Amino acid sequence: MSTPSIYAPEMARLADVRPLTELEKLFVIEMPQGRSLGHEPGQFVMLNIPGVGEAPISISSSPSRSNGRFELCVRRMGDVTGVLHTMQPGDWVGIRGPFGHGFPIEQMRGKDMLFAPGGLGLAPLRSLINQVLDERGSFGRVIILYGAKRPAELLFRDELDAWAARSDAEFHVTVDRGDETWKGHVGVITTLFPRVTVDPRNTIAVTCGPPIMYRFVLMELLGKGIPESNIYLSLERRMKCGVGKCGHCQINDLYCCQEGPVFTYAQIKNVPEAL
Amino acid sequence: MRLRILPKEEVPRLVQALMADYRVVGPRAKGPQFGFEPIDDPAELRLDYNISILSPKTALQPPQERIATIRLGDGAPVVEPLIEAQPTVLFGMHTCDLHAIRLLDRAFTADYPDAHYLERRKQTLLVSLECLQPCDEHSFCKSMGTWTADEGYDLHLTDIGDAYTVHVGSERGEAVLDGHARPAGDADVRRLNEVLSAKWPRFPQRLEFDVAELPALLATAYNHPIWAELGERCLSCGSCTNVCPTCYCFNVLDTIELTFDGAVRLRRWDSCQLDEFARVTSGENFREARAARQRHRMLRKGKYLRERLNAPGCVGCGRCIRACLVHINIVETFNAIHKSA
Repeated sequence: MSTPSIYAPEMARLADVRPLTELEKLFVIEMPQGRSLGHEPGQFVMLNIPGVGEAPISISSSPSRSNGRFELCVRRMGDVTGVLHTMQPGDWVGIRGPFGHGFPIEQMRGKDMLFAPGGLGLAPLRSLINQVLDERGSFGRVIILYGAKRPAELLFRDELDAWAARSDAEFHVTVDRGDETWKGHVGVITTLFPRVTVDPRNTIAVTCGPPIMYRFVLMELLGKGIPESNIYLSLERRMKCGVGKCGHCQINDLYCCQEGPVFTYAQIKNVPEAL
Repeated sequence: MRLRILPKEEVPRLVQALMADYRVVGPRAKGPQFGFEPIDDPAELRLDYNISILSPKTALQPPQERIATIRLGDGAPVVEPLIEAQPTVLFGMHTCDLHAIRLLDRAFTADYPDAHYLERRKQTLLVSLECLQPCDEHSFCKSMGTWTADEGYDLHLTDIGDAYTVHVGSERGEAVLDGHARPAGDADVRRLNEVLSAKWPRFPQRLEFDVAELPALLATAYNHPIWAELGERCLSCGSCTNVCPTCYCFNVLDTIELTFDGAVRLRRWDSCQLDEFARVTSGENFREARAARQRHRMLRKGKYLRERLNAPGCVGCGRCIRACLVHINIVETFNAIHKSA
C-alpha cells in the first residue's frame, strides 16, 4: 500500500461513560499510548463502531483539559449512537480525525465572549467555554446563555452549577417548559438576551443549537450590534467521510467538514442552504 | 513524443498483448446499447460505439468496493484497510469521459488524498479515442470543451480510415505500443488533418452561450422558477447521478458477517437526488425538496465543482439526459436560465 487509507480509524478505549440525561451520555476516550487527540475547540471526529458504522461527533472537551483523553457528548439517536450507548468503560471504538475548522481562539483573546448554546448545542460549545474559563485572564467578560426544552434535558448539571457560582462569569439558563422542581427562568433562549448588555465592538458571540433556533438567536445578536464576522456558529450535517469527498455535508459550495463545522455568520449569510 | 500509426488489423494483437498484463476494459455490446466493461476477447471491443451506459469511471470508482475488513472478537477490533486495485487499461474512452477523470483525479487528490482511488488510478492506463461524430442529439461535448483532448491520456487514437493515428501521452503508453505501431509519415499527418477538419463542423453547439459564463450565470439563478418546475417532474430516482461520469459522492457502511466475528466496510455510490442524502439522524433534512436537490445537482455540475477543482463538473456526455425518465435536460435548463437572465 502506497499511502495509508484516510478511512482507517485508530482504535481507542472508552475510559469512562457518564450518564447526563435520559438521552445523552458523556464518553471519555483514551487514545493509544496516552497520546493527545490534538484538537481545537469546535472540531469533530468520525466515531466508528466496527461492524456498525460511523458518525460525525463534535468534541466536547477542551484541549486545555486533555490529559491524554477527550470527551464526546452523544445523544442516543441512530444505529451508531444506539450501540455506543450500550458500551462500557474498557470497550473499543474507532476514531478518525480531528477534522474541520474549529473556533479561532487566538482571534478571540482579549474579547468579551457571549455563548448562546441551545439544547445539545452545548456539546461542541463546552469545548470552547472550558478553554476560555481555563485561560480566564486572557478574555474579557464571559457570558453564557443556555436554553433547553425541559429541566431534565439540561446537560452537564455539575458544570452549570460551577459556572453559575463563578464571580467571573455571567451564567443564565432557561427552559422552554418547567416542571415541579424548576425554580429558574422559563422561556425560549431568546428571552435571556434582554438580561445582558454587551459592548458590541468588543464582543464575540458563539452559538450552536437546533436549526430552528439560529434565526431567532441571530436576530438577537445582530440586534445587539455585534458585527456579522464576530458571530460564530457550529453547523451539523450528515457526513460519511469527514474529508471533503463524500458530498453529504455540502452546503451550497461549502463543505461543512472542511470549511466548517464552525462558520462566521458573515461566511454563511449569503449561503442559502446553511440555515 | 512523435505521432504513431496503428494499423486497424493490429488493434486485436495490441489488445491481446495488453490482456497478458492488464485487465482491459472497453466498449462492448450490452443489449442494444454499449457498456464500458472488461473485455474477455479482443473481438468484443466495439470502437465504433456511440456511448456507454455507465462511464469508464466505474473502473476507477466502482459502484461498490471494500475499503476495509474488520475482525471482531475478544480485545480490540482490528480494522484492516483494503485497497482493491489491479493493472487496468481503459481502452477506447471518449474524450468527454477522459475529461471527467481529470475532475475525479483532482477530487480524490485534494486535501486528503484517497489511496483507494489513487492506487487504482496509478495502475490504470488511459487509451482515449477521438470522436468523429456526436453520439446522438443529446451530447453537448463541444459546448463543454470536451469533444477533443490534447492531454490526460497515455495514448490517444484517431481513426483515419485503415489505421489509427496514435498520440503518445506518456512513457507507459509508449512502452505498450512498442512493436504494434510505426512512425507517422507526411501522408498520415495530412490524412489526420483532413479527418479532423471534417469533424469540427459535424458537432453542434448546444449551449447558447460560452461555458466560461456558466458559473457566473448560475450564481444569479438560485431563486429561478425553473427549479420548482424540475422538482415537480423529478422522481428522485438517482438515475442522472448513477450514469454521470463526474459524480463521485459515496456512502460508507459496515456489513457484519453472519458469524459475527468480522465485518466488511463498503463504499458505495450515493446520490444527492435521494431523499436521505442530506438528512441527519435527528430527522432534519437540509435538502428536503426535490427542487432543491435538482438545483444542487445542476449547480454542482455547472458551478461548484468547476470553481473548487478547476475542471469541468459537467463534460457534456448527455448520459443524464438519456437516462432521465421525465426528460429533465441539463443543457435546456442552462439555456432557459440564460434566456431569462
